Amino acid sequence: MTALLNIKDLRAYYGQVQALHGLTFSLNEGSLTTLLGANGAGKTTTLRAICNMVRSTGAVEFEGKPLTSRSTENIVRLGIAHVPQGRGTFTTMTVEENLQLGAITRKDQAGIVDDIERMYTHFPVLKQRHTQQAGTLSGGEQQMLAVARALMLRPRLMLLDEPSFGLAPLVVRDLFKILGKINREDKVSILVVEQNAQLALELADHAYVIETGRIVMSGNAKDIANNEDVRKSYLGY
Amino acid sequence: MELFTNQILAGIATGAIYACMALAVVMIYQAIDHLNFAQGEMAMFSTFISWQLMQVGVPYWGAFVLTLVFSFIGGIAIERILFKPLTKAPILTNVAGFIALFAIINSSAGLIWDFTIKQYPTPFGSSPFLGSQLISTHQAGMIGVTVLLLLALYFFFQYTRMGLAMRAAASLPESARLVGINTSWMIALGWGMASAIGAIAGMLIAPVVFLEPNMMGGVLIYGFAAAVLGGLTSPFGAVVGGFLVGIFENLAGTYIPGVGNELKLPIALALIISVLVVKPAGLFGRHIVKRV
Repeated sequence: MTALLNIKDLRAYYGQVQALHGLTFSLNEGSLTTLLGANGAGKTTTLRAICNMVRSTGAVEFEGKPLTSRSTENIVRLGIAHVPQGRGTFTTMTVEENLQLGAITRKDQAGIVDDIERMYTHFPVLKQRHTQQAGTLSGGEQQMLAVARALMLRPRLMLLDEPSFGLAPLVVRDLFKILGKINREDKVSILVVEQNAQLALELADHAYVIETGRIVMSGNAKDIANNEDVRKSYLGY
Repeated sequence: MELFTNQILAGIATGAIYACMALAVVMIYQAIDHLNFAQGEMAMFSTFISWQLMQVGVPYWGAFVLTLVFSFIGGIAIERILFKPLTKAPILTNVAGFIALFAIINSSAGLIWDFTIKQYPTPFGSSPFLGSQLISTHQAGMIGVTVLLLLALYFFFQYTRMGLAMRAAASLPESARLVGINTSWMIALGWGMASAIGAIAGMLIAPVVFLEPNMMGGVLIYGFAAAVLGGLTSPFGAVVGGFLVGIFENLAGTYIPGVGNELKLPIALALIISVLVVKPAGLFGRHIVKRV
């Protein structure tokens, strides 16, 4: 398998504060990888650094192309969809406009129309609400919308920042099921950041554990889930 | 009664101009969170360009279209050269930038075309409209052009992908970048459009207030009043505010004793202050709540 995303010695800074201390990891084509860690470990920062939304040094390569000198919008145009923490929903616009915005960089009008229909089959609740202002959706529905909006890009890689945040356990299960399906059927590689380690490890094939800006553990998701020491010291369950 | 109807219609006509200025101000405010104090001067300069074109023999509507193109490109240039570098600067730096722009454009116009008052033609004529003494053809033309402009803008923002992208960039820049929108260019485009809208207002009002470098001063203050009344976060509110301020201005000038023409402007300022005190978000504005 080839590496879709390659990260070497990634360091990120907020002002004077260094948040990442030389992260090195990679993500294989077709993989569903999870990045685990406690609050403040640097998970969100890692995703933001990949998309150049925070000052960083080091090398980030996507399909062999360096990302470090590109602007966020140009990185997205390469096929990296980022669902940020807090979902980034355009709350004053309708559900359908949100989906249109996901595909704003695409030129194939017919394909966009098809894809919106496809999203409505993935997430039937969005079809019911397609003329409604996105801000009126429930948290779970907004998260579905955020994932659907990201998929409208037809991404090669999807970055998800804590998709389970603030959602009821049943909703989270549904959402993760859909993520697995998207990964298998639409061949979208996924890098998901999660605090809900148990669930993320069930879903993912590969996992990295991050602590205070460094990778402290990597491996097969099943192995990490079965390793009691790791679970106790880093994942807390 | 005829005086009353007459004043209302005249108010709608000048209100159309205020609506355009308010809309231009709101467009830039939505994009960069600052009030463009130089909006009126930009419009004045554009109006002079159209006048100059007509002086060298270009017909009215040809000059009109060329001026819109000039204003659009000029607006983008001002954003790229002056305000893009100030994106992360504090508010006061931006305010200083706007005041500098105001002074530069005002003085340049004076230098190029001097400060004497010039006649400006109207393509609509100024005979009674449809044989009615209530409103002149030029006033009807002001209303007509503004309505067409508003319809075109509504269609653009509601039904085109570019309009959608611009709305997204203005409402949530970070999310917009994450769907691949070049927000920096959307801001420049907003400047270009605001500048062109201002140019239309300038060219429509010039036959009424006459052409000179300070012609837009009062108009812009009414435009601000309209924007504040309608809500600085709402383009629709700005338009409604423009018409309301126009009507209000005329009625106050006619019926409130002692106001007359001289005190019309302070009335606009009083309106701004009253709205800010009573309903800071304006009639249609969103109330912005910040979590502490």
